[in-house]
Amino acid sequence: MLLPTQSFDAVIIGAGGAGMRASLQLAQNGLRVALVSKVFPTRSHTVSAQGGITAALGNVDEDNWHWHMFDTVKGSDYLGDQDCIEYMCQMGPEVVYELEHMGLPFSRLDNGKIYQRPFGGQSKNYGTGGQATRTSAAADRTGHALLHTLYQKNIEAKTTIFSEWYALNLVKDREGRIAGVIVLSIETGETLFLRGNAVILATGGAGRIFQTTSNALINTGDGIGMVLRAGFPVQDMEMWQFHPTGIAGAGMLITEGTRGEGGYLLNNQNERFMERYAPHAKDLASRDVVSRAILVEIREGRGCGPNGDHVLLKIDHLDPKIIESRLPGIRTLSMTFANVDPEKEPIPVVPTCHYMMGGIPTNKFGQVLTMTSSSQEIPVPGLYAVGECACVSVHGANRLGGNSLLDLVVFGRAAGLHVAEELNQKRSQSIVPEEEIDKALTQLNRWNNTNKKGERVADIRLELQKAMQLDFGVFRTGKVMQEGIEKLKLLRERLQHASLTDTSHVFNTARIEALELDNLMAVAIATAISAEARKESRGAHSREDFKDRDDVHWLKHTVYFPDDKISYRPVNMKPLTVEPFPPHVRTY
Amino acid sequence: MKFSIYRYNPEVDSKPYMQNYELDLTKTPAVMVLDAIKLLKAQDETLSFRRSCSEGVCGSDAMNINGRNALACVTSLSTLKEPVVLRPLPGMPVIRDLIVDLTNFYEQYKKTKPYLQNSQPPPAKERLQSPEERAKLDGLYECILCGCCSSACPSYWWNPDKFLGPAAALQATRFILDSRDDATQDRLAQLEDAYSIFRCRSIMNCVDVCPKGLNPTKAIADIRDKLIEDGV
Repeated sequence: MLLPTQSFDAVIIGAGGAGMRASLQLAQNGLRVALVSKVFPTRSHTVSAQGGITAALGNVDEDNWHWHMFDTVKGSDYLGDQDCIEYMCQMGPEVVYELEHMGLPFSRLDNGKIYQRPFGGQSKNYGTGGQATRTSAAADRTGHALLHTLYQKNIEAKTTIFSEWYALNLVKDREGRIAGVIVLSIETGETLFLRGNAVILATGGAGRIFQTTSNALINTGDGIGMVLRAGFPVQDMEMWQFHPTGIAGAGMLITEGTRGEGGYLLNNQNERFMERYAPHAKDLASRDVVSRAILVEIREGRGCGPNGDHVLLKIDHLDPKIIESRLPGIRTLSMTFANVDPEKEPIPVVPTCHYMMGGIPTNKFGQVLTMTSSSQEIPVPGLYAVGECACVSVHGANRLGGNSLLDLVVFGRAAGLHVAEELNQKRSQSIVPEEEIDKALTQLNRWNNTNKKGERVADIRLELQKAMQLDFGVFRTGKVMQEGIEKLKLLRERLQHASLTDTSHVFNTARIEALELDNLMAVAIATAISAEARKESRGAHSREDFKDRDDVHWLKHTVYFPDDKISYRPVNMKPLTVEPFPPHVRTY
Repeated sequence: MKFSIYRYNPEVDSKPYMQNYELDLTKTPAVMVLDAIKLLKAQDETLSFRRSCSEGVCGSDAMNINGRNALACVTSLSTLKEPVVLRPLPGMPVIRDLIVDLTNFYEQYKKTKPYLQNSQPPPAKERLQSPEERAKLDGLYECILCGCCSSACPSYWWNPDKFLGPAAALQATRFILDSRDDATQDRLAQLEDAYSIFRCRSIMNCVDVCPKGLNPTKAIADIRDKLIEDGV
């Protein structure tokens, strides 16, 4: 089928922090950039990031990026690639200063420098010097400030923005190079082929596979779905972060910054229980450690409330001025969603699905990697991935707080630089066979032509979310996961016969939700199969039938292919300039 | 709980109409208006609205709820009289159901050059800014561009092309007051005309509806003071 076509130097899918940092890099280089987003850019989920962006500026205490690197490797439970972690931590200060120069309204110290706060898992002197103060913040709205600043700079740089356009599928040329993407106007229903010498996926997370999540409704793993449908693998999909402090019953996040500013957790004995689980770091241990501790407390009968189903986060001992200047947003959230004023009483909290450590495998330039039949790693020509949808991997099995915003800007920028460099060398305007376009339209055509008597999208989605919540949550066991995989495979089959009752063109959000469910399904199955296969406990992946980390057999990345097959690739333990950090027992 | 919701699909409806819905909240719990309309959409796929973060920071789900502009995700059902009447934001073209065309709203925002301008080369580290200078941005930078304010403003209804409207005026102020921005004079000169900010009549609907508790009327008054100080 012939489609209207527009050509750009680069096409970026997703206008969160990573996508807009990449587009800015390219637009400032004078390149023609199309930035595609299914929501107006400032509605992207980066807007919800609260606590801050971690980088060794040393504005409060002495600091250096090697210490940040050590903490990130340890935090990842040694599954992070050390060359990429090194690059991210080394670049950290520079990218934060760049954001400041762009206008990001960081909070300030008395000496006029950027304000930094303590965050979980951050230490001085390779874990021996106590808590580090490394996370730069704009009150508790750092993501909002970052996202708006990047949008504003993209206005200045004249990036072409396709706002409220939904990306359907990647298109390959005759040589198998990624040549562009098919996009759908949500407002009018028209489809368009956006050609680009490079396509950068920056589609964010997919927390909506779980029933309780801090993630926005738009976090449906669209990039993961697109990559799998194009025949490429995804990596470490079993690694999902459950943030310790979601508001009980609602899931909205209360930033780790509340504990960074001096808040702590209590059980129903009024005990500061984290002292038992992490004698040194206490409430600022890594997120996986704190989440498990909370759930153990609840399971052993020390939960709070009439049903004993949550714990309490206490900050009412802090100076109200600190709360009003540093944590105003979470005060409003608590009052809105928990009916609790944290200046007066503690906030009821429980772990909530928060972040996808896995994703589309890339190198440190953001180039998407695939594996040949002989297990050789090769970049997919023309395709990049950055931000939460990518697995570089800098977070390994557990991400540290404040490293997400850093990941977005470091690798958004890196991919922009790499694409610009490649375009300087050669440009291809290759031939795209018509059948490739047709293939990329198959998914949309199916939803446009359902028989109207099948199951509803909303019903299948709810069953998927329940299965993931029950069978693939914080604690996992083989038998339960095997049952979960069977449930999901049945759901995948049922989804093939689901129907859409609304086939209109103008702002058909039902159709968008159907297309998104295809992606959620792909992410859920990849997660389930990868999780069942990993027979050890590492970082966020905690198995009751394999309680220990097993470096002999499992210090490797899981690679899931679209035919449900699993393969593995080694973790990079060779940093670029510094000595490697070999695996140690991980305590806080 | 009873709902009356504005419906309009330009492909099939010659004109808009109100449709009644009912939800049994004892069976399916819903706390916020967004929870309720998500449940209604599970029953009736054609009901259309924007939504994303569900916690009042992305600004997608601004709509008119019982006569007042608000975000559906942070408006508690328990505060509302029945039937709950949901309409699209007033004063803006309707695309479908509760979804309005915000193009003009965004254009006014862009007109203010809402990005930091500084003609000096940046230093190796951060530009310094005292906590007092930074505090001037509080109450301005938190805007989420939801549109509740501008769509509640009679001056913006009358002159949407020439009057910036409260949201864009707030952004103009955010950059004028930023100690790191050195385009202040150009920014002020842009606002001298009779409309851009001077069409504000201090009606203060914007302050009344802002879901983030911001005060665009005061921001506009601050720019006017600056213009008068500068002897314009």
